[in-house]
Amino acid sequence: MHPAYSVILFTTASGAGYGLLALLSIAGLLNLVPLDPWLGFTGFLVSYAFITIGLLSSTFHLGHPERAWRAFSQWRTSWLSREGVMAIATYVPTGMFALGWFFDWTGGWVWALLGWLGVVFSIVTVYCTGMIYASLKTIRQWHMPQVAPLYVLLAAATGAVLLNLLLTVFGDARPWSFWTAIVLLASAMLFKMQYWVAAETDSKSHTAGRATGLGRFGKVRAFEPPHSTPNFVMREMGHRVGRKHARTLRTLAVVFGFAIPIAASAMLLLSSPLPSWLWATVATVSGAIGILIERWLFFAEAQHVVTLFYGEQEA
Amino acid sequence: MTSLPKSTGKKLGLVIDLDICVGCQGCVTSCKEWNTGGYSAPLTDEDPYGADPHGAWLNRVHGYEVGEGAEGRTVHFPRSCLHCDTPDCVTVCPTGASYKREEDGIVLVNPDTCIGCKLCSWACPYGAREYDYDDGVMKKCTLCVDRIYNENLDPRDRVPACVRACPTGARHFGDLGDPESEVSQLVRDRGGYDLLPEMGYRPVNKYLPPREARDVSSAVLIDEPATTKNEKTSAADRFFAWADQVLSR
Repeated sequence: MHPAYSVILFTTASGAGYGLLALLSIAGLLNLVPLDPWLGFTGFLVSYAFITIGLLSSTFHLGHPERAWRAFSQWRTSWLSREGVMAIATYVPTGMFALGWFFDWTGGWVWALLGWLGVVFSIVTVYCTGMIYASLKTIRQWHMPQVAPLYVLLAAATGAVLLNLLLTVFGDARPWSFWTAIVLLASAMLFKMQYWVAAETDSKSHTAGRATGLGRFGKVRAFEPPHSTPNFVMREMGHRVGRKHARTLRTLAVVFGFAIPIAASAMLLLSSPLPSWLWATVATVSGAIGILIERWLFFAEAQHVVTLFYGEQEA
Repeated sequence: MTSLPKSTGKKLGLVIDLDICVGCQGCVTSCKEWNTGGYSAPLTDEDPYGADPHGAWLNRVHGYEVGEGAEGRTVHFPRSCLHCDTPDCVTVCPTGASYKREEDGIVLVNPDTCIGCKLCSWACPYGAREYDYDDGVMKKCTLCVDRIYNENLDPRDRVPACVRACPTGARHFGDLGDPESEVSQLVRDRGGYDLLPEMGYRPVNKYLPPREARDVSSAVLIDEPATTKNEKTSAADRFFAWADQVLSR
């Protein structure tokens, strides 16, 4: 699949934003951080910035962005529509919760209810994002039970890295937040590696012979292409570079996306001569690079069934 | 809207005879000619006279080599929307622009509500949908919905443009939901089949297999065609070409 920058930015930025939103809300609800108005203000502002940049970026690849509002209508069948509805719905309880935090209307059951509702909505939104891909039967590497939960776990892990940066800048960092990041990053890494192994060992179930129905006469080889230069279908679904370099890029994704952020978060637990915000920045920058590579690979490695009509033997 | 109808009154579709298709591309150009002025207008072509011509076409004809040596054969393979009974391209649509008609089963895109998210094209295993980069909406075969019911046309012209154009009679149009229709009988007689039936989309269009070869004594072997490399032009393309080289070391 063609890795469109708009969709890579959308899934990574909004994922990290919802991760931070949910973790900051949980930290506030459990009194793990001081309910300082400016910590809350900055934290929610950063979450909303990531989420909104992501959502806006997802409209960049639309042919008609001005009609994007129509996407809220088909939630009965479409995961993309569900994602849109949940993304907007999440602004409501989290926004009210954030206002409560800032104006010190905290402590009541209404505030707590709004907070937990926001956490659930954030998770459901990211799950819907994952299901947009996981629901497509045409792409084997996406139509796997790991895909949607992995989106949620990666959102939580990247959110935890952002939360550490926020807390170290405000001087409110505690060991629990470092441990949270380490545990989430490590489990996301293991889950992602398990997904890569599963995606490779999973047998390809469709063949060019089945796609054309000509397999009964022998091997089917593409001879005369129907067009002289790539058409939309090939431009969108015939991408190959990712598969060629998958191994190298996967290593880079693991090192930058998980290993370095885990090591930097571990440095926060130790007493290091360097300021803690510096380690948190290292984790954030490295994590961003790694997760962008991971997401690029998610698209570039995915093989669409339609490639069977264009010369691939199996999909 | 994007919920599928429980059942459709008719199942209008095509039956394509791979035994007699000669790959002349007549159906392809006839389709383009009709539809660039019809329901799907415009069907934009990008860079039509330049180095990288491409555009939205609703019907494509592949040429395949099948089998080895004397048993080998060339099969011309037209590919367009199969107007599936249970297609995912309809249900994934977030706006309801992609829909399946209850009265005759035709799958259409409403060009006024399509946002151009391209998800339907990802959901289709048959590559039937082509995005119009210029128009910003998805284009697909309409089964010439603006011809088949058009009382201003001569009755013999009230068939899809591709069917009307085919010089060898390799394309048939009719109601595949009616077991007594000519197309249904053709499918029964010739062993018509579905593409990728295991995916469960229940395509309406059927393909008739090539008949067994009668004489294989004059078969000729052909070399594999050489692949050509596209020129890398944009900065992003050059960056990836560079990344490709670096990572290949």
